[in-house]
Amino acid sequence: MIKFSDKQLKIPKLMRPVYLATVGMSKFDRAFPETRIEELCIDALTAAADFVNMTPSELKKYIHTCYYGHFADHFGDQLLGEAVIHDRLGLDPLGNIGVKTGGATGGSAMWEAVKAVASGYSDCALALGWERMDEVPTDEGNHLISCAADKDWETPLGHIYTGYYAVMAQRYWKIFGKEEDSFRNTMAEVAVKNRGYARMNPHAQGPMKITVEDVINSPIVAYPLRVLDCCLMSVGSACGIVCDEKTAYEITDKPLRIYIAAGSHTLRVADRRDMKIPLLPNEKPNQYDDLGKRFPGGNRYPGFTGFLAARMSAYYAYNMSGVVDPTEDLDLVELHDAFTISDIQTYEDIGIRPYGEGRDYIESGDAYVINPHTKKPGKLPSNPCGGLIGCMHAVGATGLMQIAEIGYHIWNRWDEIHEPEEKWKAFGREKPKDWTNLQVKGAKRGLAISHAGVGSHVTCTILMDPNNLIKED
Amino acid sequence: MPKTEEEKGFVDIVDSRYKPKGVFHIIEANQPIYNKDTGKLAGVTNPRDMTYIHTYGGEAIFFESLGKGRLMASRCDNEKCETKGSVYEPFRIFCPDCLRKNTVVDITEKAQKTAKIHSFIITHRSGAFNTLPKPIKFINVEFDEEVVTILMSVLVVGEPEMGKIVVPIFRTKSPTYTIMDLMFVVEGTTESELPEGFTF
Repeated sequence: MIKFSDKQLKIPKLMRPVYLATVGMSKFDRAFPETRIEELCIDALTAAADFVNMTPSELKKYIHTCYYGHFADHFGDQLLGEAVIHDRLGLDPLGNIGVKTGGATGGSAMWEAVKAVASGYSDCALALGWERMDEVPTDEGNHLISCAADKDWETPLGHIYTGYYAVMAQRYWKIFGKEEDSFRNTMAEVAVKNRGYARMNPHAQGPMKITVEDVINSPIVAYPLRVLDCCLMSVGSACGIVCDEKTAYEITDKPLRIYIAAGSHTLRVADRRDMKIPLLPNEKPNQYDDLGKRFPGGNRYPGFTGFLAARMSAYYAYNMSGVVDPTEDLDLVELHDAFTISDIQTYEDIGIRPYGEGRDYIESGDAYVINPHTKKPGKLPSNPCGGLIGCMHAVGATGLMQIAEIGYHIWNRWDEIHEPEEKWKAFGREKPKDWTNLQVKGAKRGLAISHAGVGSHVTCTILMDPNNLIKED
Repeated sequence: MPKTEEEKGFVDIVDSRYKPKGVFHIIEANQPIYNKDTGKLAGVTNPRDMTYIHTYGGEAIFFESLGKGRLMASRCDNEKCETKGSVYEPFRIFCPDCLRKNTVVDITEKAQKTAKIHSFIITHRSGAFNTLPKPIKFINVEFDEEVVTILMSVLVVGEPEMGKIVVPIFRTKSPTYTIMDLMFVVEGTTESELPEGFTF
């Protein structure tokens, strides 16, 4: 049993408000055989400048420090890649640092940038991430990814990360999913929804119009996970620029307030010790006392069925920002849907539903832009960009892409980024004839979860329209 | 193609220093990558073959013991530690709470009596350098209550099921001195069913 001290549970405090001024992202794809990664990073920063009607040179004049998210040096075969990108972006001699926390790298880069501004060290900081995963054959790519597991205790076992991850899916599937066909269908619904939303996103790599049956009949990767349950492997870049209040309003007349917090847990799932469930603001003491009775085997926490890092990042971020109930207080979320089942697990970790009841978020229709049952707007739409399953997972960029997407909704400019015919053509992609505007109407607050590996690092970012804050500064 | 003995790298430690001998990297020329549609150069291949040197440090006893048919774990015996008595498998050199050095304990018999499957997954996929036969049956093994962690391994005889009793086996003939020297089989497996080189 592990316990936390009061000091460890202290709610993080930003020394001054931090604002997200602008965001940008490149096209995402499985491979870019004739494009260097710096070209995609420049695309992302240029898009961020365009978004606030500036030239890149004008925008760069505000930047004071840079936080670069790039996870896998061995994929790119380039150490100090951050220095290469920093130079190509023309940002020398500013201070910069590389951040590496697996799948959470993008979120972690933003975490660092926000702290730099909150502390007063910088008035304007760039968080920019990228990943290049196309320059080795897929089986070697699988080996390189498996190096993010413990190299002595796990990697030699098959050199396949999915195997180390899927044991958690299996346990959740059997205990909380009860191996029911209905739960299998609910998992599939996540893939159908996210790949379907990706069809409306010109940046997205994996748009598909599919059915639950297509998912269930796709090839098995590791039972119960099938190919269409799994996220993409991508190349691309995304960025965000955060500022203090004065600088933010110099760049744009509509900056967003940003709160961000992080949690962690063991690299090896093997090392997870039993503990009491830390509660979020919308949960009650003793709420989970009978969890093991309702779901036999579910009494070990976090065991293989929960992500403690996600829960802790939400605990800190909700208390920082005043969020009590995410479903009531937020308007949309971008979650780290590495696999359909881990998406469902995250609904519970961040309090959208109680532990054991995550499936209801999908089944109720709350997770959709338009609730398929009521045909009315969903209560808390999830991953309208397509997520990692439909849009991309260019590891170092993913968390920043999610933050950008949440921002587009709150800025009420989602269609401006996703609709233009010229962009679809420039990206060599065909705009669907049934293209639909997925702008979440009236969005004022949103959340993005950036998640690493089997849950070793997680960040929780909350964006709010400054006129719709929950908590007084 | 497997390397010949002359092409392999070997390392000893002499006077507290690594003494490598043999071949640690093989040089191979790069090749151009052309776009077949445009005929233009897009990039080059960067071939590389190299051997790393890696220490197990305080975990060496765990990996060495596997080849002798023993499963070693570690236990916190610090009287002042809140989690005193916790046994760790995977083996941890230090207690994660008090950061005092753990005591090495042999849990072979405990594992033979109490190991059972906590979770599992069967996959037909693997990455480059995999040597396990497919499908790979990953299992997570829990022991008795003193062991507070859940070991990842593979099941090589029998079908996995949550709660099923399993037994460790060890590569005692030509050990690799890696985690691949430890695997599990379902209870009731006979010696003749074990993979080559393994014993109970």
